[in-house]
Amino acid sequence: MISNVLSWIIFLPIIGAVLVLLIPRSEKQANIIRWISAVFTGLQVVLAIYIFIKFNRDTSTMQFVEQVRWIPSYNIWYFVGIDGLSVSMVLLTALLSFLCIFAAWNIERAVKGYFTLFLLLDTGMMGVFCALDFFLFYVFWEVMLLPMYFLIGIWGGPRREYAAIKFFLYTLLGSVLILLAMLVFYFNVTDPDTGRHTFNMLHMMNQSLHHGILNSFNVRLLVFAALYIGFAIKIPAFPFHTWLPDAHVEAPTPISVILAGILLKMGTYGLLRVSYPILPDAMKYKPFAYGFVTIAVINIVYGALCAMAQKDLKKLVAYSSIGHMGVVMLGMAGLTPLGMNGAVLQMFNHGTVTAMLFLLVGVIYDRAHHREIDGFGGLAHRMPIYTGIVTVAFFANLGLPGLSSFISEAFSFLGAFSSTAFNLKIYTIISTLGIVLVAGYMLWTLQRMFFGTLNPKYANLPEINGRELFTLVPLAAIIVLLGVYPTPVLDLLKETMNNLVAVMQKAPAVMWGMQ
Amino acid sequence: MDFITARLQDNIASLGYFIPEIILVAMMLVLMIVDMRIKRAQTPWLGIIALVGSILALVAVLAQYLLPAKGLFNNMMVVDPFALFFKLIFIASMVMVVFLSLSSLELAGRNVGEYFILITATTAGMFWMASATNLLTIFIAIETVSITSFALATYLKTVKRSSEAGLKYAIYGAFSSGLMLYGFSVLYGLTGSLNIYEIAHILGASNPNPLTLFVAVLLILAGFGYKIASVPFHFWAPDVYEGAPTPITAFLSVGPKAAGFALLIRFFNTGFATTTDGSIWYTVANLNWPQLLAVISAATMTLGNLIAIKQNNIKRLLAYSSIAHAGYALMGTVLLTREGVYATMFYLVAYYLMNLGAFLVVIICQDLIKSERIEDYRGLGFRAPVVAVAMTIFLFSLTGLPVTAGFIGKFYLLAALIRGGEQYIWLAVVAIINTVISLFYYARIFKAMYLEASGDEVLPARLPVSATAIVLLAVLAVPTVLLGVYWAPLFDLATSSVKFFAAL
Repeated sequence: MISNVLSWIIFLPIIGAVLVLLIPRSEKQANIIRWISAVFTGLQVVLAIYIFIKFNRDTSTMQFVEQVRWIPSYNIWYFVGIDGLSVSMVLLTALLSFLCIFAAWNIERAVKGYFTLFLLLDTGMMGVFCALDFFLFYVFWEVMLLPMYFLIGIWGGPRREYAAIKFFLYTLLGSVLILLAMLVFYFNVTDPDTGRHTFNMLHMMNQSLHHGILNSFNVRLLVFAALYIGFAIKIPAFPFHTWLPDAHVEAPTPISVILAGILLKMGTYGLLRVSYPILPDAMKYKPFAYGFVTIAVINIVYGALCAMAQKDLKKLVAYSSIGHMGVVMLGMAGLTPLGMNGAVLQMFNHGTVTAMLFLLVGVIYDRAHHREIDGFGGLAHRMPIYTGIVTVAFFANLGLPGLSSFISEAFSFLGAFSSTAFNLKIYTIISTLGIVLVAGYMLWTLQRMFFGTLNPKYANLPEINGRELFTLVPLAAIIVLLGVYPTPVLDLLKETMNNLVAVMQKAPAVMWGMQ
Repeated sequence: MDFITARLQDNIASLGYFIPEIILVAMMLVLMIVDMRIKRAQTPWLGIIALVGSILALVAVLAQYLLPAKGLFNNMMVVDPFALFFKLIFIASMVMVVFLSLSSLELAGRNVGEYFILITATTAGMFWMASATNLLTIFIAIETVSITSFALATYLKTVKRSSEAGLKYAIYGAFSSGLMLYGFSVLYGLTGSLNIYEIAHILGASNPNPLTLFVAVLLILAGFGYKIASVPFHFWAPDVYEGAPTPITAFLSVGPKAAGFALLIRFFNTGFATTTDGSIWYTVANLNWPQLLAVISAATMTLGNLIAIKQNNIKRLLAYSSIAHAGYALMGTVLLTREGVYATMFYLVAYYLMNLGAFLVVIICQDLIKSERIEDYRGLGFRAPVVAVAMTIFLFSLTGLPVTAGFIGKFYLLAALIRGGEQYIWLAVVAIINTVISLFYYARIFKAMYLEASGDEVLPARLPVSATAIVLLAVLAVPTVLLGVYWAPLFDLATSSVKFFAAL
């Protein structure tokens, strides 16, 4: 039994970052830094596997809990723990962070800075998924902004300055709204043991502890709206999505992977961790519920249409992410066990699939130094292995049965369709249009890039190398495995999600004008 | 005769509580004498003497924590935990500005005797501002700080913009002092007393003409607003901040501003409000001055931030940023709650660290790249990594992002507003929108340092940073981060310092 597993998994990257900073200038400096980063994120993966094995699948209570006083006079605690919802994200974070170290192996500019910031980002992400004290959650949430800004801004593409500041401003606007919501919770929720104000999320989830202005339904709706905008910017939900294509396209490959694979999930994670259980009645307020699902449908269809129009492969993948996060929101909207399980599974699966896609874009960009879809053609002749892996990723992205996304998307759609809380049948039918569009643009892109006659300019393009394969094969294996047998992940989250569905169903559904 | 004897005895007894101020005044005299004996321009001795003085004063201030709160000189002044908290900030600013001055190039080669005398005098004036409880002492304290500041701002008398700064400062200062004095006289006319405790008592008992009282408060606010550089009394700040020697700019943006807040909080919370338990105050005479302060606060932060976006000179940018920060700090004063007051006090400490830090970087960069323009900061992140990292920490703290003291400060201000109920939530929303706006211009600085390549190849790839500079940066940057991680001691000190001595 390892004690304080969560603290270790959160703060290992910080230890790594400090070591990286201490490496003196020398010829081998860059390599030592890369290996230190690999070792520390590797240890994170080991701990993640340990958590995966030890995690009790038969309960929805928090596990691996650690609770230490932090600022006693304001009742702020260092309080971490994971349930089925967070554990899948912790596994995903550990895996992608580790692989991204190798994807960043060929970065030559300011290596020390890059890996320090990356490890700091890793801590921030892990912390968000483990924190159960709202203050702690918020601190980790904001800690990610600084490294992300610099990682895009210094190591990014030609329009990196614009993309980085746009990302920064959007997410800061979102987080300050979350800050206000957090303070409203703090002052209107009391700790049942001490009677003091509390940041403890588990207490906040207990509606009987709410008092003061939080008992006013209008205030609850306002707070829900503030939280929603904060999280929607991260998801990103239409119309707050415009930072995403810029940030994804300009970010270096590993950072695009982290952005799409993990940061986007924080938006939906926040909704499921904070908005749903703390304010279930506000979520069930009809205008909000239908607004929520309308945005989900717009995300799916609009994301797919935008993706179809892209000439830049990376931008295409970015817009496709918007569509797939729409599927997550659709699954969440119906409040059915099937849909909610599907949504979280989709968060995990999209994390692996989109990571693969961005890594694959990076592979071709490193060779051809451009990403114009029409600039290629016939690459299958020249790079058969690469084409094979691309095909797996593309098919996973369009939801081919037998690959992981199929199951989670089917769950999400079915869950929404069968919803009894709201009538979402029309919405689901419209959003299935998205599936057709995704299949359309993915296959069309595959055809344009890999089949037909080989562009003579690329007659000497080297095949994918061992390091790149090392980053891709584990993801491909997970995608295939979960496509055939999704139980390992579903088992982790089913108790928690079913419990959340029960909470949501118990909450009163309030109609227009009812108080 | 007994009356006079009693007064006299009180004055003599008060001297024992007046030791920090006496030390500062004595140090001024020592500095004068030493300056006359040493006639060499380049000497660190005067600075060292000023430092010794400040440390002696610090010890004396700490010793006062052992004494009970007391009214001094027939309640012309008080010594209470609230004043002591601010005195610690003043001492800290004085120590820092002496260090900054010793490493500043602008002052090199000039006769610095009067300079350190003036800094010591300003500090003494700030001490009086924090403890003044009588309209007369308030006025004298403000004028002591103002007049010495004018001289300090114009210290580079051969530099045109420094002289201009001093003149503008003096004209605005005289104008706002005049307004404030007029307000005092109206207030005296209404109440017949100069003592703010008696004023509160009389205002609560009688029912003065609300319009006259409002005009009096408005006029008095001109004086206080001038000291904290809040809208609409902020016009002097950008020019003075740009023109004054940078260590003085740093000093003015921190010390007198904190002193202004100390005075403002004490004046309103004891003069225009009453309390029973010291945790919540009620306004007297139906005068809704908190609403007035709330509007000033919102206007100050918005205007400061919006104009800062346009600036290209980093000192001017920081000037507007410090106007905006006065607006943030004012948020705590509108609530009439203990939470609000300690939030402002906490914020001022965080502001001391991050703002002085930013100005320290400006001073270092004047040496390194000989420029104050933001575009000349390009590439600094790779040429002088330590300086750039420290600057980034200060800028993130100024924006209010974790893990920094600035975030915790802003957190408590917002918390106090939300705690205050629905009345001031609009102010909290204005503040968070301003936070996002402020990121935009702070980001211009770290964008220049890290994201943009420096255009000219004249300067070497690595710029030499002196060890003193690095130590000073660490002294400010490390607490900025540490207070973002563990701020309980400062928080406890601030909360226990919200104790005003009550004379009646």
